[in-house]
Amino acid sequence: MSIDLKTIKHISKLARISVDEQRAEKLVGDLNSIFDFIEKLNELKTDNVEPLTSIAETTLKLRSDEVKSKNIRKQIIKNSPQDNEDYFVVPKVIE
Amino acid sequence: MSDITKQSLTELVENIKNKKLSSTDVTKAFIDRSEKSEELNAYITNDFISALDKAKKFDQKPNFNLKLPGIPMAVKDLFCTKNIKTTAGSKILNNFVPTYESTVTENIWNEGAILLGKLNCDEFAMGSSNETSFFGNVQSPIDKNLVPGGSSGGSASAVAGQLTPITIGTDTGGSIRQPASFTGIVGLKPTYGSCSRYGIVAFASSLDQAGPMAQNVKDCALLHEVISSYDPKDSTSIDFKRNHFSKELTNNIKGKKIGIPKEYRVDGMPKEIEDLWQKGIQYIKDCGAETIDISLPNTSYALPTYYIVAPAEASSNLARYDGVKYGFRAKGENLIDMYEKTRSEGFGAEVQRRIMIGTYVLSSGYYDAYYLKAQKVRKLIKNDFDEAYKKVDAILTPSTPSSAFKIGEKTNDPVSMYLNDIFTVPVNLAGLPGISIPAGHDSKGYPLGLQIIGKAFDEQNILNIAYAMEEKISFKNKITDWWIK
Repeated sequence: MSIDLKTIKHISKLARISVDEQRAEKLVGDLNSIFDFIEKLNELKTDNVEPLTSIAETTLKLRSDEVKSKNIRKQIIKNSPQDNEDYFVVPKVIE
Repeated sequence: MSDITKQSLTELVENIKNKKLSSTDVTKAFIDRSEKSEELNAYITNDFISALDKAKKFDQKPNFNLKLPGIPMAVKDLFCTKNIKTTAGSKILNNFVPTYESTVTENIWNEGAILLGKLNCDEFAMGSSNETSFFGNVQSPIDKNLVPGGSSGGSASAVAGQLTPITIGTDTGGSIRQPASFTGIVGLKPTYGSCSRYGIVAFASSLDQAGPMAQNVKDCALLHEVISSYDPKDSTSIDFKRNHFSKELTNNIKGKKIGIPKEYRVDGMPKEIEDLWQKGIQYIKDCGAETIDISLPNTSYALPTYYIVAPAEASSNLARYDGVKYGFRAKGENLIDMYEKTRSEGFGAEVQRRIMIGTYVLSSGYYDAYYLKAQKVRKLIKNDFDEAYKKVDAILTPSTPSSAFKIGEKTNDPVSMYLNDIFTVPVNLAGLPGISIPAGHDSKGYPLGLQIIGKAFDEQNILNIAYAMEEKISFKNKITDWWIK
């Protein structure tokens, strides 16, 4: 299997990372060498193996949904690159 | 004063409790040495002024019942610290100030320790040499232009260079054990679910664990006892009774059965590593324990499995960095353009590479071939360990396939960089505890480590084995203070 430039551009769209031509070319090489290495897994037959989805063999605990941090709105907003009073500001979405 | 920074954590705690030293004395000494150590680039952010303040306050009203009374400590910059910038080594979090404290650091401050600052690491803990940090590479105290390992490279450099008496790192595929091995210190990666992940910047949630990095095994046991706790804020935290690891520490390991897995004898492994391993086997025997040859047949599949599972989880975890609620934002023509430019300019090359791998293996049409396949192989790897632990109490391996390398030596070849973690990654995939202890030097005088892998929640046992071996090895780290003018 090999990953081409078109695939890199498709993945970069999905990952929401813009890549220029030069970066894309470099990524083609990098990802192909990494996937060559990953292909080793195909040596193993795993048809009857249950996938391991969680390493902690316990069921997730439920807890009541309570607000524990109060009055931190201002502090949270302060970390925003752009805000307006109590709101996060993003580039205009609706024309 | 200069002698203070040479003392172990255990000695410092004793000396503070006996009033031979004050917290101010100790804190001043580590700040002084840290300030002289800028060339190591171990810190991203220092909090020295406030640390001295806290030390003075401690001395005015000392509580000697605490486990870390007035002990200054720098921590990896992957742990959120309330009101103190937390960057994860990334440009995208360059100006992020958490409104909350990670549980692990909270536990540390509750036992009387004082934050010195935040330590450099690979960006989002993705790296094995600390060269992917936005804040520059870290120098190893062992030699100039040598990597300290990664991702907890700043942490390793700071402990080995005596900038902090002890520290914490995080380990997703070897990020505590590999840098510990490279810098001649002790590093413990606890069982998954033992230390809370709450407030740790997430990389791969099914693999990430916090753990101590220390000058010796006893210090390591003491800090582990402080940080390991059940935490309802982490849904994978496990509620079980924790040991008093340092109190219960013993060098009596007579009759223990230690497995030696033949698959860890990999192609191209330097003879020095093989020799070190053989020496380790001899030490085990000298301690009255028994070694047994075992097989972990799927070992060679661990690294390819890891490079599917970890990037897949990372690509999901790092989706949150969109330039809206916190962190760096690039200008864009519209919302999507803003996202794409923010992530392109905010993440470094290695992080982007891993997000791309993760996105690909989770994408439509490839999920079964890669991600599901990797989860199945992960099961086989865990089964290997389960099978081995029917016969043995712990497993002994080298920590890394080589000693530390030069800065820049492996940056252009991602796969050769990934191979550094060949002996540590299987432990994360199986959720087990592993400890790296310094065990010797190579021909260049660089430290080499041995790894002891335990059964799940059997940290006490591997700490005991490490403690017994440490006594036999009597390793001396060769720190020349080359960076201090």
